[in-house]
Parts: sequence; structure tokens; C-alpha cells
Amino acid sequence: MEARFLLGFLLLLSLSSFAFAIYEDQVGLADWHKRYIGKVKHAVFHTQKTGRRRVVVSTEENAIASLDLRTGDILWRHVLGKNDAVDQIGLSLGKYVLTLSSQGSVLRAWNLPDGQMVWETDLQISNPSNSFLHVLGNVKSGRDSLSLVCNGGSIRAVSSIDGLVVWKKDLSIDGLKLKHVFQPPESDTIYAIGFIDSSLIALYHINAKTGELLKHATQASSVDLSSEISAISSDSLVALDTSRSNLLLIKFMAGTITNHKLPLSDIVQDFSGLAELIPTKSNDIFVVKTPSNVAFIKVKGDNEIELIGKADEAGIVSDSLTLSEEEQAFAVVHHSNNAISFQVRINGREALTEGIKIEDHRGHVKRVFLNNYVRTDKSHGFRALIVMEDESLLLMQQGEVVWSREDGLASISDAVVAELPVEKEGGVSVVEVEHTLLEWLKGHMLKLKGTLMLSTPDDMAAIQAMHLKSTERNKMTRDHNGFRKLIIVLTRSGKVYALHTGDGRIVWAHLLTPLLQSESCPSPSVLTLRNWRVPHRKALQENPSILLVGRCGAGPESHGFLFIVDSYSGKVLETQILDHSIAEVVPLPLADSSEQKLHLVIDHKLNAHLYPRGSDALEVFVREMANMYYYKVENAKEDIKGYAFKKGCSTGSSAYCFGTRELWSVVFPSDSERIVATARRKINEVVHTQAKIMTNQDVMYKYISKKILFVATVSPKAAGGIGSAAPDDAWLVAYLIDTVTGRILHRVTHQEAQGPVHAVVSENWVVYHYFNLRAHRYEMTVIEIYDQSRADNKDVMKLVLGKHNLTAPITSYSRPEIATKSQSYFFTHSVKAIAVTTTARGITSKQILIGTIGDQVLALDKRYLDPRRTANPSQEEKEEGIIPLTDTLPIIPQSYVTHTRQVGDLRGIMSFPANLESTTHVFSYGIDLFYTRIAPSRTYDSLTDEFSYVLLLITVVVLIVAILVTWAMSQKKDLQEKWR
Amino acid sequence: MERSSALIGSIFLLISISCLINPISAAASGSGEGYSIAGRVKLDNFVTKGFGLGHSPKLSETKVILNGGQRTTFVRPDGYFSFHDVPAGTHLIEVSSIGYLFSPVRVDISARNPGKIQAALTENRRALNELVLEPMKDEQYYEIREPFSMLSLVKSPMGLMIGFMVLVMFVFPKMMDGVDPEEMRQAQEQMREHGIPSISNLVAGRS
Repeated sequence: MEARFLLGFLLLLSLSSFAFAIYEDQVGLADWHKRYIGKVKHAVFHTQKTGRRRVVVSTEENAIASLDLRTGDILWRHVLGKNDAVDQIGLSLGKYVLTLSSQGSVLRAWNLPDGQMVWETDLQISNPSNSFLHVLGNVKSGRDSLSLVCNGGSIRAVSSIDGLVVWKKDLSIDGLKLKHVFQPPESDTIYAIGFIDSSLIALYHINAKTGELLKHATQASSVDLSSEISAISSDSLVALDTSRSNLLLIKFMAGTITNHKLPLSDIVQDFSGLAELIPTKSNDIFVVKTPSNVAFIKVKGDNEIELIGKADEAGIVSDSLTLSEEEQAFAVVHHSNNAISFQVRINGREALTEGIKIEDHRGHVKRVFLNNYVRTDKSHGFRALIVMEDESLLLMQQGEVVWSREDGLASISDAVVAELPVEKEGGVSVVEVEHTLLEWLKGHMLKLKGTLMLSTPDDMAAIQAMHLKSTERNKMTRDHNGFRKLIIVLTRSGKVYALHTGDGRIVWAHLLTPLLQSESCPSPSVLTLRNWRVPHRKALQENPSILLVGRCGAGPESHGFLFIVDSYSGKVLETQILDHSIAEVVPLPLADSSEQKLHLVIDHKLNAHLYPRGSDALEVFVREMANMYYYKVENAKEDIKGYAFKKGCSTGSSAYCFGTRELWSVVFPSDSERIVATARRKINEVVHTQAKIMTNQDVMYKYISKKILFVATVSPKAAGGIGSAAPDDAWLVAYLIDTVTGRILHRVTHQEAQGPVHAVVSENWVVYHYFNLRAHRYEMTVIEIYDQSRADNKDVMKLVLGKHNLTAPITSYSRPEIATKSQSYFFTHSVKAIAVTTTARGITSKQILIGTIGDQVLALDKRYLDPRRTANPSQEEKEEGIIPLTDTLPIIPQSYVTHTRQVGDLRGIMSFPANLESTTHVFSYGIDLFYTRIAPSRTYDSLTDEFSYVLLLITVVVLIVAILVTWAMSQKKDLQEKWR
Repeated sequence: MERSSALIGSIFLLISISCLINPISAAASGSGEGYSIAGRVKLDNFVTKGFGLGHSPKLSETKVILNGGQRTTFVRPDGYFSFHDVPAGTHLIEVSSIGYLFSPVRVDISARNPGKIQAALTENRRALNELVLEPMKDEQYYEIREPFSMLSLVKSPMGLMIGFMVLVMFVFPKMMDGVDPEEMRQAQEQMREHGIPSISNLVAGRS
């Protein structure tokens, strides 16, 4: 009874304070947050003489951001929606950033200093296509300046102040694609030039204030026009033909158009291949990039052109930068080994050449944006933003890299965890100990002041600083608690980074794909990342390593490659181009004698290739082959198939190649069901106990199988997003399938429900999130599975007499009777990702980590998702910790693990155990990265940082003093007694 | 091109009289069958408390999301937002603003009755006469430190230890005073005879 009381008390204690919550001054103690923007595709500099110098960029992650030009820090950033790719950015009125997005249909203006959206205009474009934005510089209609958005054959003039469409003109000619708009200075007429079906050139004169069409003319072109043009002066432009080897010089004067064909080979002597036209702005110069060089060409008089400059190696060329009326500058950047040669050409003549050393893990230059500044001696200085192959962003000025941003980390596609090296034995000097002791005491005095609320703001700052610089957490060695680890991430560009969990710094980074690029492997791309060797028993002297698997081309048939990388240093240990394709990599729960984990690479012909290649690996695998199964979900065919492995494969006769044999298949009726989500248990999850004790002292046995697959299907009509299906047409079916036998363990239909479905499977339960159309709210359902065949094992007599089946082997072939318990709850938010906490031994209670639509991560106790919750729990149930039933899952703000931070465009959440059972690491990634450590049942196995050592010391001192005093007093009293 | 616009009749909100009444407006836009949804996010009535120094929530960080991420828009300085070219049907609008909890809003755009739009909060099924979205509550992400009090110090394990010490020091002698001197002498004699009695002896002796 007492024990029960104690239990109840403990539970009350744990209920009263939620498992995870931090105080404000603890921010940064265990967590870090890094913000990125992604691969930059447009950049506009804002370098006025007064105020902050900044650059506004838009990226392929659909982010727009303003960066401080001096430091590279993000001043503000917005992430647009998934389908809202930015087409163009511009500055207007010197204070607004204009962004044209969604294929030219949405125009937004953002306040430059703080990033507040000022206005948004839907341009109501009927057939979105390539469109462009042109900010009219000098036209004043009233005091306003106009921005023109051209899309196909229509022009819209938008007021920059309030975003209203001042006028719109649909030229309503089929096949017309406007290419260029310009306005001569001091004129009210806008000239719009377009191509009609790549054979006609059309010119329109439009009144800038009203949009009235004043004049138009068309002219047949002598060549087939491509879409690349370059405007070279107020009355002429250059276009490239579709064969990309001829230029067309187009002049339009006084309403007439003339065009003149110029073969490129006449201008550039050794021309071959396909040319590219670099967009420029006026001044009679244009730039043609060919595979072997970059040519600067000047137009002289009538139809005369002249090559005025040539950069020999083909490099990356920036857009033109207007320095003055006469001068146009271009940047040409070449990359060789680990240096960049940066060349600025003014009017085609070389003005500046700088060589800059660069880390070799950044790959080639992809884009360059040029900007100038005026030096004190009135000459021009240049700076350039450079986007590298690994998607990082560098600012270059005066031959130096001023700052660099690792924006590749905004596109993480996969992540694994690796251990750090073990700390080497070594003496620590006494001085150091004394020093640290003093520091330690000082720190704790400060902390005590903090807890007693006596600290001044200065002290608070000191506490914060102390937390942040604490060297303990940033060491490059393993710690006892398992708090320091390496998170190894793979990004879209194929770069691999190792991040330290202490502060998120990059320990090493490598761009591996250039190492492979060759004839046999034309366009390598890395697919996935796995732990290859995790030494713990036999091969401790070996470093842990990581396996990277990728494909040489785009198609599923292209050959695969693999890398093995040392996870301490990032050194490539092994490179191999495979002679087969890669469809999937299946890690096996087996390892060879040197603790390399066995992996099966399944190719597109369903052959399995065993890695590592070694006789002992082969031996281990062949021994276990009969117990190995593989399943494949084919979303297109709406079926799931299970396979076993057999010796000998259909291609080649390698001993490491195995064939597959179909065992079972589950085919879903394609007219009523479509697979939308699958989920399975983590392969390395640890379950502490199989038994679950119910309130009435009954025992239930969890059905624990690593082979459970959760599959959700929806009706085809409801396969679109929310808002597209009527409740009656929508249903969602959840299946639990055993992947060894193909047996459907459980099937449940939710009427009037639809996707998106996000699911997580752990231990014996699955939790999934979907949309309920009837209530028009999101729901989360939990299904728990119990093994009924072992249910009668609780009889003590049977146990004593040995008539139990506890020692019977558990096999996946058996068909145990199972029972499920299930319950659904409403959940407020849309969900982007879902995961579950994992701890070292699986004792600690679980929390479900939910990435919400607001880009936050919520830790929800599994107890809220307990199917046994009832409206009025009995006393026993309350003692056990069952929460009274509510229809909605609570959202407790303190249980957001990301507290006030947001992980922009959240895509994934990962939880991995620390050595300390109570604690788990949580790493979430999107455009931003956020890492923290949480303790789902509080830190019951170690003292928290909150623990006040000073208070303990004071208590001990007080107690000793008290003992001494009482001792002295009793001595005195004894003496008096004796004298009496 | 079909072009029609309709305003649904607005019923005055019983609760708030002061604010402007702008009914949920819908307009069949120029392209295709789409409608526009326009509304407003209001944060001003909320005073933020639990926010870190220097991170006061800004309207500029507020996003409005249609159908769980199909489209995203931002609010203007005056709090207005709009979605264009939305097909008829039942949609879900969510507001993401750090520091506040907003209820998702169910928006019905009628296909039969073009332009008729109805909105309701999904969390408490309250119908909205106008699409003015206000947070249900503000969110405090940090635990608030209890102000220093003697009680919390006393309640801590250390405090209990000291308290017990004090109790032993001052209360036990008082209890001893109450003991009869005769009995005391007897007990002391016993002690001399048997040495110091153990607790178990004492307990056994008593019963």
C-alpha cells in the first residue's frame, strides 16, 4: 500500500511539472539553432552611401533574405510556400524589395529594412509562363514609380506604393512572348519587344501612364529565334538562334524593325559548340559565352560588330554592372584546383584580376554576382558574391573571402549519427585543476544568485556567456553521458558535413561527387548515407566509418557508386563504381569480423548485392540468408511485395550477388485505394520490456516485431490536398502488415478522412496523423498491438509447473493471435514531420515529436495518446497515470522543444539516444537546423544543471557548525551536571 | 468572362462593437472558377508576456497557410491577407505566428451559390461573421522562475535537513526537560550497566 502511495506521489510529481520545459536563461545550454537560406539564384545589392550595406537574395529553397554585406548575417528572411518559386527580384523606390513568384503570377513588395510585407498583388495571369519584372526607373506617374510585369503577351503595370494594377494590356496575339521592355529616358513611351512563334519580331509602343497601345510593327526574322536575348542599346538588341551558333542583331528605329544575321564563327575564330548569351544592359556591348571562351563584342554603326575582348577559359560570367554611362563591368570567374581567379572586365578590357585561395571542398563556381563601390580616390573597387557547387555563398573583396555561408546545409536529405574519438589518457596539471575549481565555484555562485533571483542583468549576461563558452560541451572527444556526438548529414549537392552536437559547428565537410566525375560516371549524385562501421567490441582500433551510396546518372538503371568515409576526419577510405544499378540499400543487422555492417544493395532488376565484399561477410550472410526478407512498396502499382533471397542472380555470376524470390504480395484495389504513407520501426530501437502491467494487476504482452509495416491508403478522389474532396468521397484505410509473411495483422477504415498521412511506429504501437473531413480537423490515431497467445502466461501455477510458453522461441513465422486497442484524438495543427524519442535502453517513457505547420517541434507525451484513456478514470487508473479522456490533444507551449525558435521549412526530425538513459538528442532540419537534448521523463539519472552545489556546500557547512556547537554545548552541560 | 462579386450579409458581432465590420468577401476572379478569400489577422489586443528579451513577435513573421501548405501568404502591416483563385469547396486556413496559438479556420466556398463564403473556427466551432482571426491565447515557451521565497528554500532537501537539525537542537532538550528526573537517573544507570542501548533494545524494552 505504501509503495502504491509512493508511486502515486511520484506520478503526481511528474504530472505537475511537464517533462520538458526550460527556463529562459537556459536557452543555448543544450540547444543550438542555425539559420540558412539555401542556394542563391538571384541577388540585388543595396549599397547606398548611408545606412547598412546589404544584399537581397532569393534562393532555390524559395526563401528571400536580406544579408548584411559586411558579415553575411541574415537581417531578415522569409520562406515562401512550396509552389511559390521566386522568378525575379528587384528593388523599387529604394526601399522596397519586389519579388515576382509562382511563374509570374504573384508580385509582392517587402520593406527593405525590416522585411515586413507591404503589399501583395495577384496578377491573375491565365496561363503562367516565363515572365519578367521590369522596374521603371525614371517614370513618374504622379509620385509613384511603376513596375511592369510581362507574361507572354500581356503587360501589367503595378504601382510600387500600394501594389494596385494601374493598367494592363493584353496584346492578345497567339504565340507572342515579350522579351524586353525598355523606356528611353525622359519619355512617356514604353517599347516592348517580343517574338511571335520564334519567327516574327514584334515591337509595341505603349503609353507608360495609361497603357494605351500607340504603335506596333512586326518583322519576319531570318533565323529561328531562341529565347536568349541581350539588350545592347536603346534601339537595338541581340538574339541567339535556336541552333545557338548564329546571332541576330535587331534594330528598331522610328517604328520599323531591321534584323541582321551574324554567324558566330565570323566573330569568334575558334567557335564550336553551343553559345550562350549573357544578359546585359545597353551600351553597345554584349557577351557571348561559348564552351571554350567568353567573348565581349561591341556593336559599331550599322550591322558592324567587333570582338573587343576575350577571356580564354570559359568561366562563369556575371550579369553586367553599369558603372557609368560609358562603362559596363562584367566579372568572369574561373576555378582551378583550390583557387578562384576573379577577373573584372570593363567594356571587355581586363580591369582587375585576383586569385583567391579557396577550400577545396567547395567544388566549382556556379554563379557570380558583381557589385562595385567607390574608393576614396574615386576609383572603382569590386566585390562579388559567389555561389559554389556545394551551394555555399562567399563574398569576395580585394582578393580575399570576406565571409562565407554554408548554405548547402539548408537542403539536408539524410543524416546519421557517429561517435567522437575516445579521450586519450593524459595528466591534467594541478594549476589547471585549481583554476577550473575556482571558475567552477564562481560559476555556481552566479547560478545560485540566479536561482535566488538576486542577480543583476550583468550577472545574467555572465551566466549566459558562461553557458555558451563552456568548453566541456565542445570537446572533440566522447563523453561519459553520450552528449557529444557527430551528426553526419548529406545535402542535395552531395556534400557531406559532420556537425558537432555541442554547438553545431562543422567538424569536417567534403564534396565527394567531383572525385568521381569521369566518362564512366557522368553526373554523380549521392542518394543516401548509412553507418558502415560502428566499432564497439572487436575492432576498437578502427575508426568508425560511413557509407555513401549514389547513382552515376539520372535514371534508375544508371550505375551506382559507393564511398566509405572515415567519420572522425572525413577522409575517403574507399571509392567504388559499381557494375549494377541502385534501387535501395538495405542495412542488415549483421556485421563481419571487422565490424563492418552488412548491407544489401538491391538493383532495379531485384538482385541483391552484398557489401562489404569479403569472405567472412559472405559466410555470415549465407548462414543467415534463410532468415532475411525484403519488401518493396510500389506506389505506382499499388502493391507491396515480399521477397526472400536465393543464391545466384540473374546478372553475372558474382558470389556476392543474390537473386530474390517473391513470397507474398498485397495488392490494393486501385479504384478505391492508393498508398499515401508507409512507416516502420527504427531498426535499432531498443524495447525494455515486453510485459505491460494493467491497472487490475493483469499483464498484457506487447506484440513486438521489427517486421511490422504501417501502410495508409486513401480513396483516389481524396488523394489531392485538403479542399479538393468531398467528405463522402474520402476514406482512409490503415493497415498493419507483417513483412515476413505478408499477413495483414490489422486493418481499420476511417470514413471521411484523407491525407496527408504522417505516421510513426515504435515498440508495439503506431501513431498517425490525418485529416478528418467531417469535423474538418486533424486527427491522430493510436493503435497498440498486444500478443494474445501469451496472455495466459500470468498464471503462477502454470509457471511453477512449467506449463507456460515463455521459453518458446519467438518466430516471425508463427501467427500469434493479436489484440489491438485504438483511440483517436483531434489535433490542432497541420503536421510536417513526425518522430518518436529513442533512448539507450528504452526504459524512459516516450514522447512523440511533431513538426507543426508553424515550423516548431512539439514534444507530446505518449501518455496523451494512450488508448486506455477514459472519461472518468478510476482511482487505480489515476495512480497509474492515465489522463482523463479529452477529445483534443493538448498543446502545452512549454513542451515545444524549439521554444521560441522556428526551423524554417521543417522537413525532418531525428531522435537518437545518449548514453544516459533519461536523455535523448533531437535534431530537426529544414532550411534551418535545430538541435537540443530532451529528457522525456526528466533527468532522473543525473543531477541537472539546475542543481545548486553551493546550496549543498552551505548546508554541509551549516550542519558541521551545528554539530560542533551542539557538541560544545553538551560538553558544557555535562560538566555542569558533574559539578552539581 | 464571367465576373461576379457578392458580399454575404454581415451580422454584427455581439462581442466586439468597436471594430470595423468588413464581411468576408469573395469574388469570382478573372481566371477560371477561382474565388478570393480575404481576411485579417489581429494581434494588437494581445499583450505578450513570456517572450525573450529582444524577440518581440512581429506581424512580419506571421504566415497564413491554406490547406496545410498548399499556399502560403504573409500579412500586410495592417493585418490583411488574401488568397486568390481558390476553387469552391471546404478549405482550411491556419495562421502561424510565434508566440500565439491560433485556431485553424474552416472556410466553405459554395459552388452553387457563387461567392458565398462561410467561416468557422474548428477548435470551438464558433462561426465567424467576418474573417478576423484573433489568437486563442498567447503561448509562453519558457518556464517562469518562481520568485525567491523562504518557503521554497525550506522545502528543498537541504532546507528540510537544516530544519530537522534545528528541531533536534531546540525541541529535544525541551522534551528532555519534561522527563521525570527519577526516570532519567534510572535510565542513565541502565545505560551504565548495559552500555549504550541500541534502538532495538529500547523498542523491545518499551513494548
